Amino acid sequence: MVIPAGTDRTVSTAAPRLALDSIRRSYGSVLALDDANLSVAAGEVHALLGENGAGKSTMMKIAYGLDQANAGTIRVDGVVATLRSPRDAMARGIGMVQQHFALVDAMTVAENVALAGVDMFSLDATAAMIRRIGEASGLSLDPDAIVRDLPIGAQQRLEIVKALARRTTTLILDEPTAVLSPQESAELLEWIRRFADSGGTVILIAHKLREVLSVADRVTVLRRGRTVLTAAASDVTESSLANAMLGEAAVRATVTEQARSSTPPGATVLSLHGVSVVDAAGVERLRGATLDVRSGEMVGVAAIEGAGQRELLRVLAGRMAPTRGTVQLPDAIGFAPEDRHRDAVILDATLTENVALRGAGQRRGIVAWNRLRATTTAMMRARDVRADSEGATMRTLSGGNQQKLVLGRELADAPAALVVENPTRGLDIRATADMHAALRAARDAGTAVVVYSSDLDEVLLLADRIVVVAAGRVRDVPSDRDAVGRAMLAGIA
Amino acid sequence: MNTLVNTRMNTRATLRAILEPLLAGVLALLVLCGLLAVSGYPVRDSLTALWQGAFGSWSVLASGTLVRATPLLFTGLAVAVAFRAGILNIGAEGQLLIGAAAATAVAVHLSPAFGVAGLLLALFAGVCCGGLWAAIAAVLRLRFGVLEVISTIMLNVIALNITGMLVRGPLQEPTHTFPQSALIDQALRLPRVIPGTRLHAGVVLAVVTALTIAWFLRATASGFRLRMTGANPPAAASAGKIDVARVTWLAFVASGAIAGLGGAVEVTGVTYALYENLSPGYGYTAIAVALLARLNPARAIGSAVIFGALEAGASAMQRDAQVPAGMVGVAEACVILVLVASEWIGPRAGKGGRLIRGGTPRPGPTTTAPAT
Repeated sequence: MVIPAGTDRTVSTAAPRLALDSIRRSYGSVLALDDANLSVAAGEVHALLGENGAGKSTMMKIAYGLDQANAGTIRVDGVVATLRSPRDAMARGIGMVQQHFALVDAMTVAENVALAGVDMFSLDATAAMIRRIGEASGLSLDPDAIVRDLPIGAQQRLEIVKALARRTTTLILDEPTAVLSPQESAELLEWIRRFADSGGTVILIAHKLREVLSVADRVTVLRRGRTVLTAAASDVTESSLANAMLGEAAVRATVTEQARSSTPPGATVLSLHGVSVVDAAGVERLRGATLDVRSGEMVGVAAIEGAGQRELLRVLAGRMAPTRGTVQLPDAIGFAPEDRHRDAVILDATLTENVALRGAGQRRGIVAWNRLRATTTAMMRARDVRADSEGATMRTLSGGNQQKLVLGRELADAPAALVVENPTRGLDIRATADMHAALRAARDAGTAVVVYSSDLDEVLLLADRIVVVAAGRVRDVPSDRDAVGRAMLAGIA
Repeated sequence: MNTLVNTRMNTRATLRAILEPLLAGVLALLVLCGLLAVSGYPVRDSLTALWQGAFGSWSVLASGTLVRATPLLFTGLAVAVAFRAGILNIGAEGQLLIGAAAATAVAVHLSPAFGVAGLLLALFAGVCCGGLWAAIAAVLRLRFGVLEVISTIMLNVIALNITGMLVRGPLQEPTHTFPQSALIDQALRLPRVIPGTRLHAGVVLAVVTALTIAWFLRATASGFRLRMTGANPPAAASAGKIDVARVTWLAFVASGAIAGLGGAVEVTGVTYALYENLSPGYGYTAIAVALLARLNPARAIGSAVIFGALEAGASAMQRDAQVPAGMVGVAEACVILVLVASEWIGPRAGKGGRLIRGGTPRPGPTTTAPAT
């Protein structure tokens, strides 16, 4: 264990290996962490859980010196530490394997470890060290293998070996099993257990609750940037963890009741039957999805990240062709994707040009700019878009105003269906309320609306009917918080 | 309050649009003065020679500056169209040479009896072959993912050597003595617009082309698709349902066709024959022309005249003050550096919206975003 010189050893024996107290971190107006706490004892496997956006990765980036907190203290072995960069963290024996590996594909295993900057640059010495670590830890690797040729599990072993080569005693693993096969996952979990039993400390970010409970000594749950639970793994169950992760929605649930559609839905507008989507890497993202959405109903989609909802929404919006299965979609479908700046608007174009973007692919001849300018001005008034004029560039608008204009554009030609993905991401409370009202108004006007939000409460608040996407499969679920939560986690638990 | 902020930002943007080229010009002049002084040339006399060589008289302006500005305008437009579509076409030089070779090949084989029709046929050949030459790079990019920055530069070298091969082989003049083609017949040449000067009808064609492209980009549905594809391909595809690959393809070929027309105009209007070193790097200076014009086709007219004047003046400076023309080349390069660097400075820094949106790979099929 690395203990800085001059440290009082009597303090450090009782102190946790790593403690983050009252951590606060905001990005602009978004509060990623607010009063988040984590205390990890030496020699334990500590699982860090939470929904997407709960702040897990931010918390670990701060612990590894990749990001700095706005407030709060970090203590390593009881001593307050300032981690300005990963170098500071490594000096204290803290290492991290990130979700996206930091490897040079074209180089050998030994070269990659040597790049980590341990001692003098000597490939022979590095190769010997890799073999030594392999024998001691069981993480065997061929030092001369080219990284590109290694299977993903071996690349991950290499990342861990890189950390161990730097004499890491506390290892942070960010969703390590997400990329592994079940067999590889089991082996990794076994290794994590052995590493901890031999005195190492592991912080494990994970989604799969069963996996977590099988290996962790203690768990900490973050929800919306706050620590909501810290407990021994033996004192929690999968369902109690799920509840802590998803939170109670007592207050918002009451609003939900009044907002339901009062009229019965009409004819089927969007229809998918047995739709599968295989991505470029050959992974089946959507498996035999069947879904009908009818006029005048708002269907909520609930899912954890990467469950296939991204593909489902794009197929529904006519933006992605299914690999298999049949779809019946109307010609005009409004679509508001979550990454607004990438997929929905052109920041350096004017508001009118952004409005003109809808239908640009089919337009012929001369563009009727005067008519489009008038349309845009009217749309700005109707949707309460605050901007200088229709000639302002999109970049000068706030996120809420941009989103209002996007929704206005997508609904301008009265499409039979509207698909929205995280419609209120990055918006403040007021803009969020406006957006919800606009979605309900569209639904009440007879549009078939599909809404996905990574915030389960938002889905529950808006939807007349809920479908859950888990591991690429789509199924109907009663609009009940517990049932939806269970179904979301079903595919991965 | 929003209004205030926006107004201030618009004013600032306008100010930048005026100040940046001015600043670039002043800096280029300072660099040129410094270079002249350090190398021991008389600064005043050299600059006088430069000015006289560019704007000294009507005949110098017409025969020197404007004749030089014409191919710069064609190639500058080619670069501007490509860059606006998000294509970094560095190949205007090669496309110009191929266009010139094609026009020459047609013109020297046609009977003078064809007259204006023959001239138009030659120009048309230049347009087609310039477009075809660009199409090679377009196919490489769209089918095989080869960066067009690299492929177009390579194709420039190939085009130069093809030209060299043609003027020593199939297109060599009848006596087979000089590395150049036969002269294009009087009847198939572009007419002079000002008698007694070298100014030919190509300059009118160039200005008309510039204004047409400006109108096309602003007013037509296809021009709008081109601009939006260049500004943000994923949004163009998702929100606009624009076929991004098709737009890229068409813009790339159009860019080559414009440069090819420039080459055809050069042989039918100025040189009347194909030479290996027909172009003193018009296709490369074109990048500076387009950048100084902020990729705006109408503004490229003024920008081409400025660079045409610099080129004409540099020749005069070399002739009258014995100052190497390369010094002006250094000053020109400084203009480009200042303009490109200024894109990364100021309020928009790091937020995209750059003049050159290159280097960003085309988005493939959407993949799942990483979890937080």
